[in-house]
Amino acid sequence: MIEAHSLTKDYGKKRAVDGLSFVVEPGVVTGFLGPNGSGKSTTMRLILGLDAPTAGNVTVNGKRYRDHQAPLHEVGALLEARSVHTGRSAYNHLLALAQTHGIPRRRVNELIDMVGLHDVAKKRAGTFSLGMGQRLGIAAALLGDPQTVMLDEPVNGLDPEGIHWIRNLLRGLAAEGRTVFVSSHLMSEMALTADHLIVVGRGRLIADMSVDDFVRRASGNIVHVRSPQAEELRGRLVASPDVTVTLIAPGLLEVSGLSAPQIGETAAQHGLVLHELMPQQVSLEEAFMDLTRDDVEFKTAVEPAATTEAAA
Amino acid sequence: MSSVANVERLPRVPGVGRLTQTRVALSEWTKLWSVRSTRWSLFAAFLFTIGVAALACAVVSHHYTRMSPQDKASFHPLEVNLAGVQLAQLALGVLGVLIITAEYSTGMIRASFTAVPKRLPVLWAKAGVFAFVTFALMLPAVLVAFFVGQAILARHNIGVGITAPHVIRVLVGAALYLTVVGLFGLGLGAIVRNTAGGIASFAAIMFVLPPLMNVLPTSWNNAASPYLPLQAGEAILATTPGGHLSPWVGLALFAGYAAATIAVAAVLLVRRDT
Repeated sequence: MIEAHSLTKDYGKKRAVDGLSFVVEPGVVTGFLGPNGSGKSTTMRLILGLDAPTAGNVTVNGKRYRDHQAPLHEVGALLEARSVHTGRSAYNHLLALAQTHGIPRRRVNELIDMVGLHDVAKKRAGTFSLGMGQRLGIAAALLGDPQTVMLDEPVNGLDPEGIHWIRNLLRGLAAEGRTVFVSSHLMSEMALTADHLIVVGRGRLIADMSVDDFVRRASGNIVHVRSPQAEELRGRLVASPDVTVTLIAPGLLEVSGLSAPQIGETAAQHGLVLHELMPQQVSLEEAFMDLTRDDVEFKTAVEPAATTEAAA
Repeated sequence: MSSVANVERLPRVPGVGRLTQTRVALSEWTKLWSVRSTRWSLFAAFLFTIGVAALACAVVSHHYTRMSPQDKASFHPLEVNLAGVQLAQLALGVLGVLIITAEYSTGMIRASFTAVPKRLPVLWAKAGVFAFVTFALMLPAVLVAFFVGQAILARHNIGVGITAPHVIRVLVGAALYLTVVGLFGLGLGAIVRNTAGGIASFAAIMFVLPPLMNVLPTSWNNAASPYLPLQAGEAILATTPGGHLSPWVGLALFAGYAAATIAVAAVLLVRRDT
């Protein structure tokens, strides 16, 4: 279990993480989603204590990571940036990490076999492809039999077989009751793997909900309505405060906050003619982009100076 | 919370133990020997110490009959024996820098500090293991260099026995001096966290600063120079007593510089983001 309270991190003038509070529960795969540069990697570094927070705190299984007696047994992490000496073999890399916690060589060999690096275990890590490097990083993460597994963009550089392998691995770890926290900037990937989502944009929490809720909300209540009496229909629909209606073309309304049946019934009640009633299927990727775009726009409106950063 | 109870019931891998300083030292031992460049640097330092000494002794031996009386008078058999130490100190200082900066340049440091989040045990282990390896390797190297060199010089009866005054002190001191050189490099590397910067600052302090002192007024230069790291450390290699600093005081001062450098590195290591 990971608990972050008002976690904040500034790098110089730039605020990378901004008052982030969330809980990552065991037993499920929690996706950590956000566009590039939204503070995901920084948050993970703060969890591990590689960087110190400017304000707030984060605990793992009830304690700061560095205060645990066997840190590798608490959290196994794969960071986005490479964390391997290029001149050392995969085997010796894992062995050196294992030795800090008295983990036997047998476990190192088991993990090398498990991630499929058996044939290259004695080769220098600098010669590894991106995908092999990811596998080595995952082996390092699992070395200490950690209760919490935290992976930053694990599918980067993996082939389809590798991606499939990662998905199964993550689900299996969660099924064993472990806390699994995986970042990605790809919503489609998360929809396949994660049970729960924590969405960040520009260092702030945007959403903390189950994937099911997210999907429901995403493909939610946007309906296009074509009617020769569009203006009149619009007046009837906006009665409720949660509903927004936009005239997007002559005779074409975009309605959010109402389902297609509700709109049809309202039209029938008032004797209005409908030519088309089309619920809009928004892709998860679009929904995610909408969510984060709103956040960026919001920030830009408040701080004009931040515009260039948002673009970068 | 019930969810926490689930986590507690996870099967444990037997042998996942606590983090200890001894275990971190073992890990650093593995790290040291599992990189080709490290093995090469240590091997080079070992070879330089013996090879250059043998070469220097051979040259002296060959020219001895033609040397001027002044040269013969100022000649000390132990000095040619230590010629290799001059080269070895460069290899070991650079290796000291590399041991820590290579972790930063490759990103390995993130893995190291994830495994050992308190960080300081990594620095202590690196320093301890490197010091042990350097001394354990350089003491035999210096002794072999001595016996090989003296065997060559013995042809002209200009050698010196190991029981002669100062000889043991100089030989053991040379190994200690090289160990401190390595630690000094390690401390600088840990402060600078960059290979080029670390090597440059090591070379600047050790080898550029001393000749630079000549721009100072002579009295200042004479007063300050003996206390520079290189000069202080080399006091232990003096074949005749009577230097500005006595041998052990000089070495202690040099060790003090190295310790201070590592202490600064330790403070920064805990405070800085990785």
